[in-house]
Amino acid sequence: MAREPLLLPRPDGLYCPAGDFFIDPLRPVPRALITHGHSDHARPGHGAVLATRQTLDIMAIRYGEDFAGSRQAYDGPVTLGETTVRFHPAGHVLGSAQIAVEGRGCRIVVSGDYARVPSPTCAPFEPVPCDIFVTEATFALPVFRHPPPEVEIARLLASVAAFPERSHLIGAYALGKAQRLIGALRQAGWDAPIHIHGALQRLCDYHVAEGIDLGDLRPATEGKKADFAGAIVIAPPSAFAATWAQRFPDPVISFASGWMQVRARARQRGVELPIVISDHVDWPHLTATIEELNPAEVWITHGREDALMRWCELQQRKARPLHLVGYEDEEE
Amino acid sequence: MSLAAFATLLERLAFTPQRLGKERLLARAFTENPDPQRGLMLAALTGDLKLRQVTPSLLRGLTETRVDAQLFAASYDFVGDLAETISLIWPEGTRSDPPLSEVVHELANTPKTRLPALIAERLDSLGPSERYAYLKLATGALRVGVSARLARAAFAGWAGLPLTEVEEIWHALQPPYLELFAWAGGDQRPEAAARAPFRPVMLSTPTDLDQLSALDPAEFAAEWKWDGIRIQAVSDGGVRRLYSRTGEDISAAFPDIVDLMDFDGTLDGELLVRRGEDIASFGDLQQRLNRKTVTPAMLRSHPAGLRLYDALIWDGQDLRDQSHDARRAVLARAVEMLDPRIDLSPELAFQTWDDLAALRLNPPATVIEGVMIKRRDSPYLAGRVKGPWFKWKRDPHLIDAVLMYAQRGHGKRSGYYSDFTFGVWNGDELVPVGKAYFGFTDAELKDLDRFVRNNTVERFGSVRSVARTKVVEVAFEGLNRSTRHKSGVAMRFPRINRIRDDKPAAEADHLSTLQAMLDREA
Repeated sequence: MAREPLLLPRPDGLYCPAGDFFIDPLRPVPRALITHGHSDHARPGHGAVLATRQTLDIMAIRYGEDFAGSRQAYDGPVTLGETTVRFHPAGHVLGSAQIAVEGRGCRIVVSGDYARVPSPTCAPFEPVPCDIFVTEATFALPVFRHPPPEVEIARLLASVAAFPERSHLIGAYALGKAQRLIGALRQAGWDAPIHIHGALQRLCDYHVAEGIDLGDLRPATEGKKADFAGAIVIAPPSAFAATWAQRFPDPVISFASGWMQVRARARQRGVELPIVISDHVDWPHLTATIEELNPAEVWITHGREDALMRWCELQQRKARPLHLVGYEDEEE
Repeated sequence: MSLAAFATLLERLAFTPQRLGKERLLARAFTENPDPQRGLMLAALTGDLKLRQVTPSLLRGLTETRVDAQLFAASYDFVGDLAETISLIWPEGTRSDPPLSEVVHELANTPKTRLPALIAERLDSLGPSERYAYLKLATGALRVGVSARLARAAFAGWAGLPLTEVEEIWHALQPPYLELFAWAGGDQRPEAAARAPFRPVMLSTPTDLDQLSALDPAEFAAEWKWDGIRIQAVSDGGVRRLYSRTGEDISAAFPDIVDLMDFDGTLDGELLVRRGEDIASFGDLQQRLNRKTVTPAMLRSHPAGLRLYDALIWDGQDLRDQSHDARRAVLARAVEMLDPRIDLSPELAFQTWDDLAALRLNPPATVIEGVMIKRRDSPYLAGRVKGPWFKWKRDPHLIDAVLMYAQRGHGKRSGYYSDFTFGVWNGDELVPVGKAYFGFTDAELKDLDRFVRNNTVERFGSVRSVARTKVVEVAFEGLNRSTRHKSGVAMRFPRINRIRDDKPAAEADHLSTLQAMLDREA
C-alpha cells in the first residue's frame, strides 16, 4: 500500500499533499492552517491563513493586521483539495482548536496544544474520534501529575494572606496562561484588583471583549510602592529580570507553569512560590485522552516523545514521533 | 515534628533565597519542636543522620517494581534528582503523617533485607511532598539549598552560642544532639565530647602577580602548594584523630598515619602518598580516599605521609594567637621528634615577587600546584579571611577541543545540557579526551544548551551526539595516562574555560599535543 499519506512531516511543518496546506508551519508557506495563537504555532508571513476567528484576531494583535496575504475565519467544514477540514475546541487558550483532516477514507486529528482542565477562558477540549491522533508531548513524563488549579490558587492566596506587607509577583505568559490564572483567582473569590504588566494589556482587553470576565484589572505601573502591599501582580516572566520589578515592595517571586512541579526548575528561575498551573495536558490526562479516543495510530509532535513512545509500546499502540523541530520544547 | 512538617520546612528552605530567611525558618523550627525531633531535623540538614543502607540502587530497584524502568529512567533524566523523581512518579496511595523520629528510627534499625518492603509501605501511605522528604531523609543527600555549615550557624545564632565553639565539638556529638540543645538551654558545654576536637582551619584566597605587587615581600613567607588533601592531625590525651579540612574524621582510612601521630597537639598540613623521597601524584592518593577501611596491600603500595605547615596547639599550649613565624618555629622543633614520614613543608627563599614567580614556574615536582604565601605576623584565623594567606596556583593547561556529546545535568543544573564530552583530532577523526560540567558562566551554559538542542545529530538514551562544530577552550590541571580512555589520556580537573566561537572545528588541537604534554610530565 504505497499510497501517499494524508499528512506528512516536512522541515517546514506538517503538510497535507491532498489539500496542499500546512498545519502550524514553522516557515512562511502559501497556505497555513493554524491551531492557536502562540507564537511557535502561529507565525506571520503566510500566503493564506485559515484559523478560528479568535486565533486570527490574536495574530492580528500580535503581528499587525497584515500578518498574512489573506485570512479566512473557520465557520464550518471547509473543503481543501481532496480533503475536508473541521476545527474543534482544544481547551488550551482562547481560540485554540484541534484540526481534523478527512480524506481518502482516513481522519487525522491534529490537536495542537491542548488541555483537559476546564478554564473560564476557552471552550473545553472536544474529543473527536479519529484514525490518527496527532498529539503534543510537552508534559509526557509520568512525573507530571499537576494538582487541581484550585489547590494551587489556595496556596497562592494563603501566601498573600501570610505576607500582607509584600506584593506577589507572578510570572505568566501573556496569551492564555495569564488569563487562565486571573480566571482561576476570580473563581476562588479573589475580587480585589489584579495588577498587570503592560505586555498583558491588549490580550486581556481582547479576552474581556470576547465576553470573558476578568474582573478589575489595573496597570501595574499606576500607584506608589506602598500601594502594592498585599497585591497580586501578573507579568511575563521576562519582566522580573528588569528594573520593572523594583517598583514593588519586597515581592514574592512566583511563576505559574506546569514545570514548577520540578523543584530544580523553580529554583533555577529564582522562584520563591512555584504555582503548578498549566494549559497543557499532564501525563494522566494525556494518556487518558489517547485511551478515550483509541485511535489506530498516535503521532507525536514535540516534547518528551521518547517517553510517550514507550508508553504506547507498553499499551501495544502504534505510534511514531514526527521529530518536528521548532516548537517550544520547554516554554509554557 | 511530623514528617509533613519536615516536608514543609524543606520546601520553604528550598524556595527561600536569602540566607537570613533560611536561618529564621530554622530558628523557628528549633523553638517549635521538642527533643528529639529538632535534633533529628538538624542532623538531617547537616548530613549526620547516617542511614547509609538506603542506596540509590535500592530505591531504583524498588521504583522499577511499580513503574516501567524506561519511563522511570526518562523521568529521572529530566528531573535530575532521584528522590524527587520517585516522589513524583510513585503511584498515589493513602495519606498518613508519622513523627520524624519514627521514620528515622525504623530506617536506622530495619535489616537491609526488609528495607525495600518497609520503604515501599511508607511511600504507599504518604503524599508527594512527604514522599520527597522521606526519601531525602533515607538517602541522606538532602541538597535542599542548606549547607551543613548554614544549619550549624542557624543553630548557633538561635542558641546565642559562638559558632566556632559549636563547630569545634560538632564531630563528637551524635544525633539527636540532646547535650547540644541542653547547652543552648543554659547547661554546660558538653566537654566530654570535646576530646581531640577539630579546630576550624585557616583558608587562603587566590592571588596573582598584580595583586601581590602591592604587598611587601619581606612581610610574607612562601612554600609550595602540595597537591594532596588538607588535613588536621590531632592527638589529645591518647585520642588520635585525622580530620579533613571540613572536620570529617578520616582516621579509619589512614591507620598508617594515625600510628605515627606520637605527639600531643593539633597540626595542620597535607596528606600525601609518598614512596621514599618521592611524592606520588594525586591520582595515587585518590586510590586511598573515600574508603572506610584500607587493605594491607594498599598500605604497602600506597603508603601515606604528612607534610606539615602549621601548628595550632602544641603540648597543651594554644598557638593560634601567635604569629605565623612563631608557630612555624614550634612546628620545626616538633617535626624533628617525629617519624620521617611526617616532615615539614620547606620555606621558599625569595627576595622579590618576581623571584617567587620564577620558582612557581619551575617547581621541582609535578605534585606541586603552585605556591602558598603567608603573612609572617598573622595569627591562625578560622575560615577564608582575605589577606593573611594567599594561594598562587600554577596556570592551568589549555587546549581547544570540539564538543562531541552532551547530557543533562543534575541538581541545580537539571534540565540543562551541562555535561559535555569533548574531543581533539587524531588524524582526521575526533577522539574524546574528557568530560567537563563546569567552568562556564550561566550565560555560556545557556548558549551551550541551545547549541545542543539545535544541533543534535543522534541520541543514545540520555546522551546526545552533536554536530562537530562547536569549539571550547578546556582548562585542566594535569594529565595522566589512561588505559580506560580510547585516547590514552585522562585530564585532571577539566573545565570549560570559554567558548571559542571564533574558531572553526578544524583548527582545534590534536592528540599529539596532549601526548607531548604527557611525556613532559613523566
